Amino acid sequence: MFENISDKLQDTFKNLTGRGKLTESNIEDAMRDVRLALLEADVNYKIVKEFVDEVKSECLGERVMKSITPGQQAIKIVNDHLVQLMGESNVALDLSAKPSIILMVGLQGGGKTTTTAKLAHHLQKEGKSILMVAADVYRPAAIDQLEFLGRDLNIPVYSNKGTSNVTGIATTALAAAHRDNVDVMLVDTAGRLQIDQDLIQELKNLKQHLNPAEILLIADTALGQEAVSVASHFNDALNLTGIVLTKMDSDAHGGAALSMRKVTGKPIKFVGVGEKTQDFEPFYPDRMASRILGMGDVVSLVEKAAETISEEEAKKLEQKMLKKKYDFNDFLSQLGQMKKLGGLGTILDMMPGGKKLKDAVNIDDNMLTHIEAILSSMTPYERNHPDVLKEMSRKKRIAKGSGRPVDDVQQLLKRFDMMKSMVSNHKKFPGMFGGGSGQYNSIKSSGQQSKTMSQKAKKAKRKKHKKKR
Amino acid sequence: METIYTKFKSGLQRSKTLLVRNIQSVFGAAESWDKIDYEQLEEALIRTDLGVQVTRRIVEYIKEQYERGVIHTTSDIIECTKQLLYVFLSDDCETPVVYAESGPTVILMVGVNGSGKTTTTGKLANMWQQEGKSVLLAACDTFRAAAIEQLKIWGERTGCQVISGKYGADPASIAFDAVHAATARKSDILIIDTAGRQHTKKGLMDELAKIKRIIQKAISNAPHETWLVVDGSTGTNALQQAKMFQSSADINGLCITKLDGTSKGGVVVAIHDEFKLPIKFVGLGEKESDIQIFNAKVFCEALFSE
Ligand SMILES: Nc1nc2c(ncn2[C@@H]2O[C@H](COP(=O)(O)OP(=O)(O)OP(=O)(O)O)[C@@H](O)[C@H]2O)c(=O)[nH]1
Ligand SMILES: Nc1nc2c(ncn2[C@@H]2O[C@H](COP(=O)(O)OP(=O)(O)OP(=O)(O)O)[C@@H](O)[C@H]2O)c(=O)[nH]1
Ligand SMILES: [Mg+2]
Ligand SMILES: [Mg+2]
Repeated sequence: MFENISDKLQDTFKNLTGRGKLTESNIEDAMRDVRLALLEADVNYKIVKEFVDEVKSECLGERVMKSITPGQQAIKIVNDHLVQLMGESNVALDLSAKPSIILMVGLQGGGKTTTTAKLAHHLQKEGKSILMVAADVYRPAAIDQLEFLGRDLNIPVYSNKGTSNVTGIATTALAAAHRDNVDVMLVDTAGRLQIDQDLIQELKNLKQHLNPAEILLIADTALGQEAVSVASHFNDALNLTGIVLTKMDSDAHGGAALSMRKVTGKPIKFVGVGEKTQDFEPFYPDRMASRILGMGDVVSLVEKAAETISEEEAKKLEQKMLKKKYDFNDFLSQLGQMKKLGGLGTILDMMPGGKKLKDAVNIDDNMLTHIEAILSSMTPYERNHPDVLKEMSRKKRIAKGSGRPVDDVQQLLKRFDMMKSMVSNHKKFPGMFGGGSGQYNSIKSSGQQSKTMSQKAKKAKRKKHKKKR
Repeated sequence: METIYTKFKSGLQRSKTLLVRNIQSVFGAAESWDKIDYEQLEEALIRTDLGVQVTRRIVEYIKEQYERGVIHTTSDIIECTKQLLYVFLSDDCETPVVYAESGPTVILMVGVNGSGKTTTTGKLANMWQQEGKSVLLAACDTFRAAAIEQLKIWGERTGCQVISGKYGADPASIAFDAVHAATARKSDILIIDTAGRQHTKKGLMDELAKIKRIIQKAISNAPHETWLVVDGSTGTNALQQAKMFQSSADINGLCITKLDGTSKGGVVVAIHDEFKLPIKFVGLGEKESDIQIFNAKVFCEALFSE
């Protein structure tokens, strides 16, 4: 319907801005937008209702009614409220026991086995010794799957293909964990429907036998309205200790996360962001909130940029820009950085409105590849002295070398000139991705929020710095 | 005896709160229907994952019919909604599988991670084997751990041979070999299982296009069918999946899995309404026999049955 709730809210309030005549019915309109956005994001309808009622009463307060930018105030309230509901970030696992047992549960295909390996890998990096237990005796090749993953990661896997007695498997595994002095024992279980009495009982038995420190519900970010039923059933049966959201690398808004968090009160502890074992991150409520609202993941982007691009690099570039010395060599290295960030497509995906832009102008990573080919066909001297490229013979040679038409080369040179004059007009070059763009500004709903964002970016940079030293 | 209908219905029926009950409780007690009631109807429909768009169109329509005095009772609403859903699905949502005139019918299974591609491949193989057709399977997921073993187990269960390669091998080349093998062995049907992929990953989506191109080198009008396997518990993102898989892999049908859960799978109505894709099969469990041909009438009835 609409990609970006913040655009929509701005729109709803647009005609009123500045007149200071906000009425209760304007707020009603805005709340309708919020309600729709949340429903479209798959937040459970009951939770949407509660949420909207709460937010509405807050919006009727002074702050919004009297604000000269009511749209932005409303967005901020909605966003803050969502962040608050998403709970604290980084709730650590309880690994005080030895061995600490973690039981992985969830629906079929949610990502339990993969997440077992991811979490094992994560804990292994923290220096823990791990045992993974293959307790899915139903799905074809489930045991092989965990064994293969264990082999890749060099993490032992306990399995027994000769039995379908899950409690038996777990009990033997536990003895092995004690014997081998294992720190953490991760138990992968079969996928099951939350309403499957027999299989839920199987999990209850496992719980009773193992007394796990953690019982994690592994759930797909793209789940629909039933997320509430899924989470509450699993929680009622097992008293979960946390949730892991998988497949966050999709473009699902992930309203299910809010539903599950709200209905269980249990923290979301990690997110899966890809198929590989390292594609695993802690959970950040603020990112999830902007994702649900369709505001893009600017914080992630800024952090990722900070991680990928060193401060020195950024400073050097900034200086060059200021002194109008920016040349094609810099451009080429920026392209490289962009690639490290996952390519233009990924970057756009993380930006508010980025998807729309991508669809509208058909931007893709091929474009970058073409530009890179052209740049690589220039001599270092040419890259350093873009002025000499006015010569047609050079243009032709570069076109030939890059396999692109001369037109493309001309275009690139023209755009480069434009860009150069544009940036040197800025007081301070913010680095390639450091804000300044209209889109970025549009989601800075208030001074406060934008401050938290830049603070986060700085923090991420500091972190990076520390790592280096 | 368990008929298609009862099985399908019982699969969809497990959930405790039913659409009908919701509607009855809201509208049954009301003297006249007002805004709040419609909002609740909207919620009852949203709950089935029909999505906001389809839901709003239904509610608008019902409101209009009520205001014009055409409908009065809760059973009117239910009838009306049922009919509308049926209209949204339209009859072209049920189209039989068209088998190739000569040579093997090649079916390519695609979808996001964990949606049920491999299991559906196994169930289809079982179904067609039982109908006396010879089925060959191709293990083109060379990425996910034990994906090949998983399909091989399905091969054993259903008595089908499986063409496979090594992990990390190019799936397109395995597909190519499989098409040749299917032709040489005179198989009736070749089902190609592919790796799960997020529709947002361009590189992986391009890989599907490549698989299709290579298959065409062996049989020019193959794959005859490309089906998107959608997890029935998915919310609105299924629409995005359909959109992207349609543009990259030119899908021409859907399989909806896991409808034995409490999810209603309403999103298929939205997908069909928007992309006009026929819905081929419905998955109702993990066993080889847990598959049904999609039937719109049964589906709509099941959404409303008590
Ligand atoms: N893109 C992406 N894929 C994921 C992620 N986590 C898991 N997957 C994929 O999702 C699919 C299902 O994952 P599994 O780990 O087999 O899921 P499961 O819950 O163990 O499945 P069952 O045991 O059959 O219930 C696989 O293709 C995984 O590679 C993720 O964060 N991102
Ligand atoms: N309850 C239920 N489970 C299903 C159904 N179809 C598939 N499953 C289960 O869902 C899980 C994932 O199924 P797979 O067939 O491995 O899914 P996939 O799409 O091949 O997964 P990847 O190849 O990893 O992307 C397995 O545990 C299946 O048993 C269904 O109709 N009902
Ligand atoms: Mg598993
Ligand atoms: Mg598979």
